[in-house]
Amino acid sequence: MKLLNKLTTGFGALAVTALIAAPAWAQTLIENPTVEQQATMVNKGDTTWMLVSSALVLMMSVPALALFYGGLVRTKNMLSVLMQVLMIVSIAALVWVGWGYSMAFTSGGDNHFFGGFSKAFLSGVSASTYAATFSNNVYIPEYTFVVFQMTFACITPALIVGAFAERVKFWPLMLFMVLWMTIVYFPMAHMVWYWAGPDFLKGAPTDSGLIWGWGGLDFAGGTVVHINAGIAGLAGCLVLGKRTGFKKEPMPPHSLTMTMIGASLLWVGWFGFNAGSNLESNGVTAVAFINTFVATAAAAVAWAVIEQIVHGKPSLLGAASGAVAGLVAITPAAGFAAPVTSILLGFAVSIICFFFVTTVKNKLGYDDSLDVFGVHCIGGIVGAIGTGIVADPALGGQGWFDYTVFPAVAGEYDMAGQVITQLKAVALTLVLSGGVSAILFFLIDKTIGLRPSVEVELEGLDIAEHGERAYNY
Amino acid sequence: MKLVIAIIKPFKLDEVREALSGLGVQGMTVTEVKGFGRQKGQTEIYRGAEYSTNMVPKIKVEVATTDDLAGRVVEVIQQSANTGAIGDGKIFVLDVAQAVRIRTGETDDVAL
Repeated sequence: MKLLNKLTTGFGALAVTALIAAPAWAQTLIENPTVEQQATMVNKGDTTWMLVSSALVLMMSVPALALFYGGLVRTKNMLSVLMQVLMIVSIAALVWVGWGYSMAFTSGGDNHFFGGFSKAFLSGVSASTYAATFSNNVYIPEYTFVVFQMTFACITPALIVGAFAERVKFWPLMLFMVLWMTIVYFPMAHMVWYWAGPDFLKGAPTDSGLIWGWGGLDFAGGTVVHINAGIAGLAGCLVLGKRTGFKKEPMPPHSLTMTMIGASLLWVGWFGFNAGSNLESNGVTAVAFINTFVATAAAAVAWAVIEQIVHGKPSLLGAASGAVAGLVAITPAAGFAAPVTSILLGFAVSIICFFFVTTVKNKLGYDDSLDVFGVHCIGGIVGAIGTGIVADPALGGQGWFDYTVFPAVAGEYDMAGQVITQLKAVALTLVLSGGVSAILFFLIDKTIGLRPSVEVELEGLDIAEHGERAYNY
Repeated sequence: MKLVIAIIKPFKLDEVREALSGLGVQGMTVTEVKGFGRQKGQTEIYRGAEYSTNMVPKIKVEVATTDDLAGRVVEVIQQSANTGAIGDGKIFVLDVAQAVRIRTGETDDVAL
């Protein structure tokens, strides 16, 4: 079997319901289909949806994340944030084509931590190679899968910059991002999402990433994207230290209007992120879509209500932060939860994230400028653990499917066991990303330097690092 | 000639302008300013980061007038900008040594 035939994907999501419900089809299913046979298993609807989803996820990074973050910094640093996000997205796309896709989504053989380099520079990928989905005998063009996953590789490193916004040098940061993607992101994506695919797993039951093999459920990237980026951000903000004047001078957001535009575009784009993660356009896609909608709504309402109770006024920044926290929490659970349990997850994540970005951050005194840790890491952990609960079919969840038999069948759900697996996945992500990020930040800071001088910081990164200013009145 | 400088609440600007027009005042200069007096600033909270802004936004109105009119100008501003609350502002009156209308070169009272 050629390697590309075994090309796979996997969020552990379960879209084979239609096939199970129609056993007559089962006789016609082909195990280990050849590329020629896969070519007949491609659906134009799926392909269209996945390409649209890819564009939606790109919109989440530029402009949505850039504006969301940019509005939160002071005027003098606006362009530095926009530039960091734009360049990270661009560099990540190049790295993804270069070696990222291959490291993440080819088999590592007995190594379950990262894949090989056989598809470096997309070697062997063409318009007539295909990627597996979560249904037996359903494929999408491999380029579609490459580009969809590329958008995830683009936004994840960009999330990190919020933690140390307003105090980092541009090029050393770009170097960090290339190293971080290579050592942390691609292996994480491999461990969580790589598997041999529904038509091939029976013949190669150990051909999967480490966490996928444990049975960890992560629909759209709670561990790979949010916990991963969130803990890396915390490591960065600790190594870089606080902003000059932190807690001594006011550092209010310069434009919450921009932040609102960014948060709203994030919400829209997130439908591509979550519902697109089903890799097909079917019932489970709709499940992920509605869950993404209502969990976010619940979290936005919850944050506003908490602020009304605690501060006496509901703020826009609070509601927008709640919406993002809700999006983060529903990410791993999107295709597993039911709408009602998604709403509960949304309420829960706002309460917990509010506590972290107000009380815990102030108590511990670290300067996570834009709350990357408090919202993405903590929200991601709530979502990852919550996924183990809400995926239970007893609560209306989608459960999990056993792909080691052909065709796949529904697996027996053990909520306690699943939550423990989720905790293991969270712990591994925190240790790997937190540890490696701290070392990388430290080494770059001690060699080429990561933090600009105090004068540069006071003048603002826009003029000092980029030679321009955001607003010329 | 006098220069009347009034620091007022921003939403009172229109009333002050109308009242002064009623007096026959021909022009004024308006600037958005910030400052503090006895009025307390507000507290702003951004995700748990609390900033108390002690600089309150105000409007500065400058009116140059003849000596005869100065008393009425002060009186009218005091009445029209008044809300009775702390933070209504202040009025200062300064002597003016000379005034010139740039277009014609006219000076002093005729130039106002």
